[in-house]
Amino acid sequence: MSEELHDLRVTVNGATHDIRVPARRLLSDALRHDLGLTGTHVGCEHGVCGACTILVDGAPTRACLMFAVSAQGAEITTVEGLTNADGSLGPVQQAFAECHGLQCGFCTPGFLTTITAGLRDNPRPTHEEARDMVAGNLCRCTGYQNIVKAVERAAEIQANA
Amino acid sequence: MKPAPFDYRRPETVAEAVAALAGEPNAKVLAGGQSLVPLLSMRLAAPAMLVDINAIPGLDTIAVESDDRDGGVRVGALARHSAVLASDDVRRVQPLVTMALSHVAHATIRNRGTTVGSLVHADAAAEMPVVLTLLGGSVDVEGPGGRRTIPASELYVGPLESSVGHDEVAVSAYFPGLAPGAGVAFEEIARRHGDYALVGAAALVDGETVRVGYLSVSDVPAVVDLTGVADADLGEAALAQLEPLDDIHATADYRAQLVRVLTGRVVRSARQHAQREGAQ
Ligand SMILES: Cc1cc2nc3c(=O)[nH]c(=O)nc-3n(C[C@H](O)[C@H](O)[C@H](O)COP(=O)(O)OP(=O)(O)OC[C@H]3O[C@@H](n4cnc5c(N)ncnc54)[C@H](O)[C@@H]3O)c2cc1C
Ligand code: FES
Ligand code: FES
Repeated sequence: MSEELHDLRVTVNGATHDIRVPARRLLSDALRHDLGLTGTHVGCEHGVCGACTILVDGAPTRACLMFAVSAQGAEITTVEGLTNADGSLGPVQQAFAECHGLQCGFCTPGFLTTITAGLRDNPRPTHEEARDMVAGNLCRCTGYQNIVKAVERAAEIQANA
Repeated sequence: MKPAPFDYRRPETVAEAVAALAGEPNAKVLAGGQSLVPLLSMRLAAPAMLVDINAIPGLDTIAVESDDRDGGVRVGALARHSAVLASDDVRRVQPLVTMALSHVAHATIRNRGTTVGSLVHADAAAEMPVVLTLLGGSVDVEGPGGRRTIPASELYVGPLESSVGHDEVAVSAYFPGLAPGAGVAFEEIARRHGDYALVGAAALVDGETVRVGYLSVSDVPAVVDLTGVADADLGEAALAQLEPLDDIHATADYRAQLVRVLTGRVVRSARQHAQREGAQ
């Protein structure tokens, strides 16, 4: 049995892509395999770890819990889309580097996208709110303290920009 | 960890969705996918067809039905948990929905998961089925025979099993409003914030009437009537009407202990809520 393929148009980090995928292609796999955007990491593949978190029409979403076909017409931002226009690190990325917010880096893309959207909606989070912002993402290395610091530092960088 | 192949339909009307379901006995509705996609990826389910309802316009509404008898709120099938949680109308008309939703998963899951999907998925560990049952709400479904309303009391038939037919699409859910002078509260104990609860409890206090609904205690949402029970006896009175389950997450004894603790706590906090509401 040959699987039916579906034509799909998505905008990823501002660029429009037309791809053909079987219906069962997870969005995380479409990004990594069909579009070569391997910045989106895949950990648990059932929604728990948050490594695959991307922004779909601005909202943090698990890429492993969406089929690519369901993203028809959507505007997607992946970690590759978080750098500044000149290619330098975006504010959240910069803060992670400064605060040592990563060790192995496996979880990092999901944190960066989640925090980018979180600070857009709440640019001056309290310490509690900064912790809450990352509550849905798992990190096996850092112990989270430096990630929370990075949230607060990113807010500072954005406020001073 | 990849789903088995399936046919995919993306209808633009409810009627088309119903027709697609009617044509394939092994088809499933895809709403937010936050429960269904993991089941497919783990191959615990392998439907022949998915009917994706996300392209149907007009299903994402959240509307107060002020002309209705109990002035509640109707939530459409594509209203995401996050939108329902953020709705001021929902908070004002039936604050229990807002209280419980803040315990449903994490914000990222709530951005995609739907409240109606959670009601239909019928997980006894989920918050919203208990809320709908306690409040006496309902779900409207559309099938080949037209539209019907399923009261919450007839919705949950077994573990992960609702009475929505395989060829029916749930189009909305109705949560009755909070009566003047009544109070509600929600409490749960989970290993980590955002996890499914080991036990959760929702209370509704209206005059003398005290009712409490439990999640993760039995394999369907369980509601007990505690009217007239002295405060000190609430936990034992609830347990007399419940049979806590054993599973990998907790023993029956531990669940019984959580029922004792949470029942008193949630009833107290619903009474306080009623007083605050009454004072306004
Ligand atoms: C990591 C994680 C943690 C979670 N934690 C919690 C939690 O603590 N509490 C909780 O309650 N939930 C939790 N969830 C589940 C989440 O709330 C889901 O959003 C919800 O259970 C299902 O809604 P959905 O729209 O995603 O439905 P889907 O996954 O699309 O569908 C679920 C089922 O319902 C059926 N269905 C859905 N909508 C309709 C409809 N309109 N008509 C007919 N059938 C329909 C589908 O066919 C399927 O069988 C969690 C999920 C994840 C991934
Ligand atoms: S890979 Fe998607 S949440 Fe873990
Ligand atoms: S840095 Fe290694 S998992 Fe987070």
